[in-house]
Amino acid sequence: MKHKENHYTVNFGPQHPAAHGVLRLIMEMKGETVVDIEPHIGLLHRATEKLAESKPYLQSIGYMDRLCYVSMMCNEHAYVMAIEKMLNIQVPKRAEYIRVMFSEITRIMNHLVWVGAHGLDLGAMSIFLYCFRDREDLLDMYEAASGARMHATYFRPGGVKDDLPNTMSQYQKSSWKTKKRLDQMNAARSGTLLDFIEDFTERFPKCIDEYETLLTDNRVWKQRTVGIGVIDAKRAKALGFSGHMLRSSGVEWDLRKNQPYSVYPEIDFDVPVGKNGDCYDRYLMRIHEMRQSTKIIKQCVTWLNENPGPVLADSPKIVPPDRGDLKDDMEALIHHFKLYTEGLILPPGEVYSCVEHPKGEFGIYLVSDGSNKPYRMKVRAAGFPHLAAIHELCKGHMLADVVTILSSLDIVLGEIDR
Amino acid sequence: MSIEFLTGLYGDDVSMGLDQATLITTPKNIVSRAKKLRDHTKLQYSILLDLCVVDYMTYGVSEWVTEQATSTGYSRAQSKPKHKESTWDGPRFVVVCHLLSLIHNERLRVKVFLPEDPKMPTLSEIWPSSLWYEREAFDLFGIVFDGHPDLKRILTDYGFIGHPFRKDFPLIGEVEMRYDGKEGKCVYEPVTIENRVGVPKVIRQDNRYFDGSDEA
Repeated sequence: MKHKENHYTVNFGPQHPAAHGVLRLIMEMKGETVVDIEPHIGLLHRATEKLAESKPYLQSIGYMDRLCYVSMMCNEHAYVMAIEKMLNIQVPKRAEYIRVMFSEITRIMNHLVWVGAHGLDLGAMSIFLYCFRDREDLLDMYEAASGARMHATYFRPGGVKDDLPNTMSQYQKSSWKTKKRLDQMNAARSGTLLDFIEDFTERFPKCIDEYETLLTDNRVWKQRTVGIGVIDAKRAKALGFSGHMLRSSGVEWDLRKNQPYSVYPEIDFDVPVGKNGDCYDRYLMRIHEMRQSTKIIKQCVTWLNENPGPVLADSPKIVPPDRGDLKDDMEALIHHFKLYTEGLILPPGEVYSCVEHPKGEFGIYLVSDGSNKPYRMKVRAAGFPHLAAIHELCKGHMLADVVTILSSLDIVLGEIDR
Repeated sequence: MSIEFLTGLYGDDVSMGLDQATLITTPKNIVSRAKKLRDHTKLQYSILLDLCVVDYMTYGVSEWVTEQATSTGYSRAQSKPKHKESTWDGPRFVVVCHLLSLIHNERLRVKVFLPEDPKMPTLSEIWPSSLWYEREAFDLFGIVFDGHPDLKRILTDYGFIGHPFRKDFPLIGEVEMRYDGKEGKCVYEPVTIENRVGVPKVIRQDNRYFDGSDEA
């Protein structure tokens, strides 16, 4: 960084709520205008990749949740897909539909946190409350399927851990809830998880309308976001952008469409593409993505209701046996023992698997030497190149716009620092 | 398909992997090849998605030898591998880049084999996205990128010593930090804990899991 006499340096973060985690920015300012920004990252570096190299494959699924901790299952998806590609196993269709459904639930979850936090960063308080109100239902879906509200470890090589449950957890009677209120709260929860999800897809579009009334045509919102942090398509490509950052500048690129994986080819949905590459476009795209995700979830629910079946591949060396079989099947007992002591073994080779993560392209590069642990695992974090370009996006903007731009990138330091 | 085209250009250096084509290069020819990969109309790999390093020092080295274990009984795995010989016959460090061509909708993996010293020219003039990836590779593996404008640590702590993702760097690290009340500051000391391997690394040479066609 070049220092000039009339410039001064501002330290931003690492413990600042608008830093979205632990990010430290050293900003070179001229008056209130940003001249240069140097991000200092790594404050959340946990060496996930090295840890994964010291553990059997199954034990690292949980690490994936903790990378981008607002879009857990999407991370898992890339990881299990990498293992499946190496092993060349066929995942049952029902499991694929469950995965896609939960990937989209995750996408909505991520975008809700983003819209809420972005609002907060720009001084809009109420949107945050609305978003977190609706996110609660999504966390309940996570909990019903996997037992955990956030760090699910639900996707497994060969499918998903368990089939979807037939009951939903309900609110309990308490002295501060009237009977009427309790029945209201439990109305959608009397059926299966799928019924609950279906009910959510019915009412969620109205919630998105609510967010839009608060923000989309809001004059202050537009003043703060239109024309801020503009990037053109050519530069976006050179800087290695992916996902929403690439689409906001008008590049039609979505891995779900362009390099389809799982059962996305069978599902009807649209991909919103931006035009101006500014913060406002990124906001609008996320709103539309939430609508599209709702559409995808709806289709998945319909399919899953009609098609019962196995949710784990029939591949005893990779997938744990049924608990019941352990009692009277010697083979099942041996497989179970081997799988949970030694773990599954991948053939030597390498693979790169990626998904359209809510934040961009999230990839896992796996190198195996034929053992039960990855020889090398590299996480291609979606937000990493986006944050790397922050000095370009912010140059010439005001100090307050830095927060807008930073927030519009949708970064999570857990993923960037790994 | 650009793989035929690539094979025409670079011959044996191109191979088809499990999922995508792989091009093998050396530090000497990477820059000219990278330029062609980005600019040639039949290739147009406009995006460098990822750049990472693989350290092949302990490739194929297991922590627990299963054949002996059957006669000697189960012993806890060791944190230090029994067999030091890596089965890898290439150089120790390989830089792996993942490229994406939006126009042709194709991916390519470019591997740069670093023969003696861990050093290669920077790719940041071709793909600016590699700036941070190269800093990461320098930080974690100690790879030097010639011509990089600002090659310094990125993920590790201020004042960190060593390259933590190298295979000879212990998982538990070299130092531990605590706050010293007397000195009134944080002090670094050599680690006092020992690494315990929970599950030993086992290599199944017979590949028995993948021979049959019924399973898998």
